[in-house]
Amino acid sequence: MSLQVSDLRVHYRTLKGDVRALDGVSFDLADGEILGLVGESGCGKSTLGKALIRMDGRMRRTGGTVALDGEELPIDDDRRMNDFRFRRVSLIPQYAMSALNPTRKIRRLVAELLRSRGAAVDPAELESRMAHVGLPPAVLDRYPIELSGGMRQRMVMVISTLLDPSLLIADEVTSALDVSTQKAVARALLGFRDSGYVKSMIFITHDLALTHHIADTIMVMYAGRLAEKAPADVIVKAPRHPYTRLLLDSLPEVGVRYADRRLDGIAGSPPSLLDPPAGCRFRDRCPLAGEECGEDPPVTELAPDHHVACWKA
Amino acid sequence: MRRYFRRKLLVYGLTFFVAVTVNWMIPRFMPGDPVASMVARANMTQPQAVAAMRAYYNDLFGFDQPLWQQYLSFWGALLRGDFGLSIWLFPTPVGTVIADAVPYTLALVVPSVLLSWVVGNWFGAYAARRRVLDNTVLPIGYILTATPYMWLAVLLAWGLGVVAGLFPVAGGYSFSMQPTWSWAFLLDLLHHWALPFLSLFLVALGGWAIGMRNMIIYELESDYANYLSALGAPSRLIRRYAFRNAVLPQITGLALQLGVIVAGALVTEIVFAYPGLGSLILKAIQNSDFFLLQGTFLFIVLGVLIANFIIDIVYVVVDPRTRAGMAGADA
Ligand SMILES: Nc1ncnc2c1ncn2[C@@H]1O[C@H](COP(=O)(O)OP(=O)(O)OP(=O)(O)O)[C@@H](O)[C@H]1O
Ligand code: SF4
Ligand SMILES: [Mg+2]
Repeated sequence: MSLQVSDLRVHYRTLKGDVRALDGVSFDLADGEILGLVGESGCGKSTLGKALIRMDGRMRRTGGTVALDGEELPIDDDRRMNDFRFRRVSLIPQYAMSALNPTRKIRRLVAELLRSRGAAVDPAELESRMAHVGLPPAVLDRYPIELSGGMRQRMVMVISTLLDPSLLIADEVTSALDVSTQKAVARALLGFRDSGYVKSMIFITHDLALTHHIADTIMVMYAGRLAEKAPADVIVKAPRHPYTRLLLDSLPEVGVRYADRRLDGIAGSPPSLLDPPAGCRFRDRCPLAGEECGEDPPVTELAPDHHVACWKA
Repeated sequence: MRRYFRRKLLVYGLTFFVAVTVNWMIPRFMPGDPVASMVARANMTQPQAVAAMRAYYNDLFGFDQPLWQQYLSFWGALLRGDFGLSIWLFPTPVGTVIADAVPYTLALVVPSVLLSWVVGNWFGAYAARRRVLDNTVLPIGYILTATPYMWLAVLLAWGLGVVAGLFPVAGGYSFSMQPTWSWAFLLDLLHHWALPFLSLFLVALGGWAIGMRNMIIYELESDYANYLSALGAPSRLIRRYAFRNAVLPQITGLALQLGVIVAGALVTEIVFAYPGLGSLILKAIQNSDFFLLQGTFLFIVLGVLIANFIIDIVYVVVDPRTRAGMAGADA
């Protein structure tokens, strides 16, 4: 088991009170598994990604544990977490196109970063990994500003995985790209996993159809909680949670991604995470909602590897 | 790259041309008749002698020629490095008068500009990481930049000069001294230099420190800094990048501020009766010495333009972004 998250609770401290962005999330990630993480905007996807590598100043863990390869991650101890970052857990950020210092040539930038982490550059390995994502070695002698946005993003993909991390978090890496480039990036990420550059991966996106192409497992989140998690095919073909079904219905045809169709086709909006109501958080929008939904539905394993949090599933 | 510099040179050349023309015009249309004032100073009573002297000066300065010819010969003389003769210190050439004053102005402007820039940047960068320091540096910095040069100069002259008696408040050196290469004279020079230098340095310092602090904070919140932190890079590396990237706009700032600082230096010189170009301008105005005025203005304009050009070159050398932008423009 590569990653084990159990009952993780992460809140944002704000002036109005705690925003419960992650409110008891548990899941496992096997070695070599790619987990697609989907859900409406604001459901806590990025919060989960950040919690696993670097929490920002306003985030607090209020409960739960995270273990990577059997070792507990000190996610709220910035200093100790540093040992894990880059080497064991790495990140391709949403802002990958602007993630490189514009005034350093790539070669020097990579060398300085690796040296600062006590690692050395293996030029042959670096160039072969760049070739893997279609970047010529000449890129090393350019400044980031001399590269196109797509090239910069691919360079960040190479850099982030240079130390062969166990877990890679890819947050919305395809959102800003056109459809054909999205496919190329998704293929490159699959290649990273298949070449053993990364062991397992969490692929965060709005795009259920694209996730279906690359993920082994899909996890659907709703308002800071897990709604459903199952093998990708099962989620797409036999979803059990009403929210997942509505998500799929809002896509015209599974497996085809129509331009700019996003996961926003469901009437209503999720509850505020500042002070969420008791019971199932999807209740206000759920067509099946009933009496029992006033209590929190537990996450149950309906079939092997198929977890659902719904009384009526 | 070459096109960039050609364009810059053209802009600077045009600026210089306009400056020369304006400089030629202003004193000529300024109230006050310099020849009359010279004649008056010679204290002559006989009308014939006065007329003769008038003719002599008019001929010497070329006032009897039509304006366009005066303008052309002005350029001709300028290109030969001939600024004419000073009226105030007649018959010393304006070039000599300026050459005597320039070292004083340079001795004030160059160290105060460079030191305030270096110290200010260092201070601002340091303040950006220390809360306590930040809370003190920021208000002090704002007060300093908001202070007019003249005001701070007067304040320092009064406080450290008149009240505390630590420094002399006027002149480049003591009246009792003769310029020589002796330690005593050099010390005396330094003693007189301290206050005007300090007032220039302090006003500029605040601006640089605030600018740098804000730039560093901006850089530390940028995407590349976040990415590096997420990969566990030590803050030493991140700060190094941030500092370098934050210094770049400060270089442009230096180019933009140079004119203001030089103007401030001129005013400060006047406050301290420091024998540089600023005092020269005052003297030239008081004596309707427009050759001297023209010469001094032109010298200052030329100096600022050259300094700007040097900063442009430095900027292109240190910031790859401008180079990349230029390569794009050339392609
Ligand atoms: N810095 C913050 N301070 C306070 N609340 C925050 C902060 N960042 C996020 N939140 C809140 O936490 C919740 C989860 O945010 P998160 O960024 O994880 O959503 P997301 O699923 O990544 O959304 P998106 O798809 O738009 O990226 C949201 O309700 C958001 O309003
Ligand atoms: S628990 Fe009830 S409200 Fe929640 S999703 Fe299931 S049926 Fe709908
Ligand atoms: Mg997000």
